[in-house]
Amino acid sequence: CFLLQVEQVKLLDRFSTSNKSLTGTLYLTATHLLFIDSSQRETWILHHHIAAVEKLPLTTSGCPLVIQCKNFRIVHFVVPRERDCHDIYNSLLQLSRTAKYEELYAFSYNPKQNESEQVKGWQLIDLAEEYKRMGVPNDYWQLSDANRDYKICETYPRELYVPRTASKPIIVGSSKFRSKGRFPVLSYYHKNKEAAICRCSQPLSGFSARCLEDEHMLQAISKANPSNRYMYVMDTRPKLNAMANRAAGKGYENEDNYSNIRFQFVGIENIHVMRSSLQKLLEVSGTRGLSVNDFLSGLENSGWLRHIKAVLDAAVFLAKAIAVESASVLVHCSDGWDRTSQVCSLGALLLDSYYRTIKGFMVLIEKDWISFGHKFSDRCCQLDSDPKEISPVFTQFLESVWNLTEQFPQAFEYNEAFLLQIHEHVHSCQFGNFLGNCQKEREELKLKEKTYSLWPFLLADQKKYQNPLYNPDFSPELTLLEPNTVSFNFKFWRNMYHQFDRSMHPRQSMFNLIMNTSEQNKQLEEDIKELEAKIKQRNGQPDVVLVKEQEQTTHPVPVALKSPPCFQKEQPPKPVNDAVRTIEGSNTADNRYSEFVSEFSKAEPAVVSLEYGVARMTC
Amino acid sequence: MEFAELIKTPRADEAVLRCPFQPALQGTLCLTGHHLIFSSRRRDSAEELWLLHSDIDCIEKRFVGSLGTIIIKCKDLRIIQLDIPGMEECLNIASSIEALSTLDSVTLMYPFFYRPMFDLLEDGWSSFLLEQEFELLSSETNEWRLSCVNEEFSVCPSYPPLVIVPKSVDDEVLRKVALFRQGGRFPVLSYYHKKNGMAMLRSSQPLTGTNGRRCKEDEKLINATLRSGRRGFVIDTRPLSVAQQARAKGGGFEQEVHYPQWRRIHKYIERFNILQESFIKLVEACNDQSHNMDRWLSKLEASNWLTHIKELLTAACLAAQCIDREGASVLVHGSEGTDSTLQVTSLAQIILDPRCRTIRGFEALVVREWLQAGHPFQQRCAQSAYSNSKQKWEAPVFLLFLECVWQIHRQFPCSFEFNEQFLIMLFEHAYASQFGTFLGNNENERAKLKLPQKTMSLWSWVNRPEELRRFQNPLYEANSLVIWPSVAPQSLQLWEGVFLRWNRPSKFLDEAEEERINIIKYNKELQAKVNALRRQLAELEAQEVVQEEP
Repeated sequence: CFLLQVEQVKLLDRFSTSNKSLTGTLYLTATHLLFIDSSQRETWILHHHIAAVEKLPLTTSGCPLVIQCKNFRIVHFVVPRERDCHDIYNSLLQLSRTAKYEELYAFSYNPKQNESEQVKGWQLIDLAEEYKRMGVPNDYWQLSDANRDYKICETYPRELYVPRTASKPIIVGSSKFRSKGRFPVLSYYHKNKEAAICRCSQPLSGFSARCLEDEHMLQAISKANPSNRYMYVMDTRPKLNAMANRAAGKGYENEDNYSNIRFQFVGIENIHVMRSSLQKLLEVSGTRGLSVNDFLSGLENSGWLRHIKAVLDAAVFLAKAIAVESASVLVHCSDGWDRTSQVCSLGALLLDSYYRTIKGFMVLIEKDWISFGHKFSDRCCQLDSDPKEISPVFTQFLESVWNLTEQFPQAFEYNEAFLLQIHEHVHSCQFGNFLGNCQKEREELKLKEKTYSLWPFLLADQKKYQNPLYNPDFSPELTLLEPNTVSFNFKFWRNMYHQFDRSMHPRQSMFNLIMNTSEQNKQLEEDIKELEAKIKQRNGQPDVVLVKEQEQTTHPVPVALKSPPCFQKEQPPKPVNDAVRTIEGSNTADNRYSEFVSEFSKAEPAVVSLEYGVARMTC
Repeated sequence: MEFAELIKTPRADEAVLRCPFQPALQGTLCLTGHHLIFSSRRRDSAEELWLLHSDIDCIEKRFVGSLGTIIIKCKDLRIIQLDIPGMEECLNIASSIEALSTLDSVTLMYPFFYRPMFDLLEDGWSSFLLEQEFELLSSETNEWRLSCVNEEFSVCPSYPPLVIVPKSVDDEVLRKVALFRQGGRFPVLSYYHKKNGMAMLRSSQPLTGTNGRRCKEDEKLINATLRSGRRGFVIDTRPLSVAQQARAKGGGFEQEVHYPQWRRIHKYIERFNILQESFIKLVEACNDQSHNMDRWLSKLEASNWLTHIKELLTAACLAAQCIDREGASVLVHGSEGTDSTLQVTSLAQIILDPRCRTIRGFEALVVREWLQAGHPFQQRCAQSAYSNSKQKWEAPVFLLFLECVWQIHRQFPCSFEFNEQFLIMLFEHAYASQFGTFLGNNENERAKLKLPQKTMSLWSWVNRPEELRRFQNPLYEANSLVIWPSVAPQSLQLWEGVFLRWNRPSKFLDEAEEERINIIKYNKELQAKVNALRRQLAELEAQEVVQEEP
């Protein structure tokens, strides 16, 4: 059932200068906005994906409505009647702003799983198992029950690993000296180097405050690494920001107070800078008729690639400290849930090839982002909350990973589509994983009973997300990936920011071709086995009665269902399947070299020479 | 041989060669008339570097004590370093390299000395004759004829002896039109669009001058290319203001009053020193690894290189669009008609004509639209991005064309029979080569130099099966459609294969490319096997049927 249905709506091409459009019907459901054009193509937009709706001034053809989505889709409708437009606008405003978690799509989404499948789905990623895989607990590290009831830190998970020598009083003391109680805990343990990545928030040092327990805590981390005496403390903030924090009673570690630490700033900007940087980037990339120089200077002014480089540079520093110097590293920023999550997770990804597998990447996100309390709800604006809390921190993480996949095309089991799909669902609120800001909140919401986990769905669909070039032997376990971070290696991520702008993409996708070919190769291998078996059978039993078998190549026709797309997405970023070699959307009107068309359709030249026997033209 | 005089120190032992991203090599350096040869002393894997002197763009010398260092900057943008002990030896070698890499006489160039080590299967000098091209055309239409009005290069010194012109126009008219066009470059057929019979012509600017001179024959010739009732577009690669200024120097443009069936479009394409500066700036930006992000992006922007790429692609798409979508004929020219004109006409053909996307078709295009059409390769490609000579006629016009082809190739990776390496190979040979193909500025000069008799053609070498294999695109599947590239800045990329080639290790990218090729190859093998098995099975089944029947 539809809440609203409007006919004769036009969907404009965002970049076309000739106002190319599709006409169709717009439907509004409780969860989605749906546009079906005259050739029955469907465009589904989830209400939760809507970042902004804007009504533009009335034009002769109707009332324009522009919808910006969090997955960077921008749709431009023209609704014939202003009243309809107004209705849609108001409905969308209401539907896209949710006040309570319980109203989010995840709580009504029903993927037809039974209860035990739901439970199993949530158990797919098991962090206790993950710490075991890393090699903890061991002689130096143990599971602490200090935060079992979220008493010490509300935004941390219940289960935390700390050095064996860090007693409860030390933990409690240290947590009181750290912003939001986020004391230093283990994030990743490198079993060959016996070195650890630890994470925390900034110390409440002000200009001169000290805390013996905190100093002991760092010493305990240092001593938990038998192969190196010193440890690094990485403050991922720019030095100026960290210094400014001292005035508010926060700050950074004084090297004189902590024995054997090497303190390092790495200068990643804060969430507000990142938010406005993305804003600028989108403004530039969304400009019609953009010139190369405006694009490049816009890219530069946005600072976006500079920030991506800063994040990756920090991760490289961290990974090298561990792999080359066998030194443990403590990472923090202010609260230790944004930049710290970026740097710890990327560092681990460089160090450990497990995180370059599909399952491993899910684990990495569960561990460093979800369990350690990256504030997904605030950062992705799941509820109608403070716009100043929104920031593309997780998007930057995905983009950094994408950059690595570009430099090491054979090192990752997953492909770009996997990263894009995760990005999609971080914002979709369709699954429970990313709802809320921390584990405590998720437990209170009873997400594991009331919603579904994203990961089993991705895993079930993993064919789509596999990198056909992946070579598991590319880097044996625990070999360091050393990316080149010279500026020219960082590129604008077109498939993210223009995912839905078909005219921007290569008309033939090498990626899809290789994906399909590699998939077909597997099928052909099967076919060969089957044919060989049949031939063998015939040669062995020549008298067998002939039964014409059906060719294996007929595929079942997929049933078209009018249900919101979940994984059968209607709009893949690139041409699909059989169409890879054909040229879809290769059209002069898609591009911007056709500006002369209007000129051409002007009146014919007034003077017509008949000298050469040319037919008379109308003036 | 006079080269000996230029080589004071023919050999230096204990030299060290440093190439980017490779360990330094100790070995012996030798200078010959045309090569700089470095051979490492390692017995296990004797590595040798053979560098053509003509591939050297410029050199720099440095001394630390008596250890001299020569930095060699090549036209293919590679930079290598040679450490040579002994100040005198080093100075001698440096001055020899300098002298040998800047010989002014064409006949001293290596192609005149090069003796191929391979069996000649086909003489590339006669692989692509206009007669063959015309034969193909004749099977489609009889509106055109082959004219030998320029047989002695007397009508237009920069045109080949044979040109294709409208059938209804005789040689006398052509001679008169030649007087009305700069350099005698009268309009000739560049491309015939089979699909709708539209034609693309190219020429130089008309010599209208300030008083608006007319030439009835020119008007006749141009109109003769239109079918009755059809219109055409003149694509002028200069902005209107420049075209207007050109009148003061005797040049000009077609007045619409005198060419009423033609609509003029000005589509500005940058030329000469602006392009050369852009090239130099881009290479500078790419070679500095220390740039932070802002500096890199602003240097990339300041080079304007990608802007030129976009403008050029846009102009070519526009020409193609006029022909294919508007059903109109097109005449392209700028001033001389030897640079931007050829860029536009050749790129438009890549977009329109599937034949130009095959290896032989692309070679034919380069021969027809660049070599025979009189692009002055020797002037334009004498120096690359490092040279200090800054001659005003140097410009990376051909490189820009190749890069535009690469940009289209990236957007249609299955539609080209050749791969990126093929384009890079052409770039290298246009600047320095053992073959005579790119010597001289036009067919006239090539005939005078007797290149076909005295040198080997690049095509003789490239078209041998063992070489071709390296240049084939495994993804290729003939695509008969017109291919319209996106020219949005987000769709264009820096040509890393040329500009970052020596600036970063490419091992992982090369391996991935190899894996892609393997997947495709494996697919072909599997399909062949499945087909063979199916056939075998069908035969067995047929036998059974025979057996069952009495």
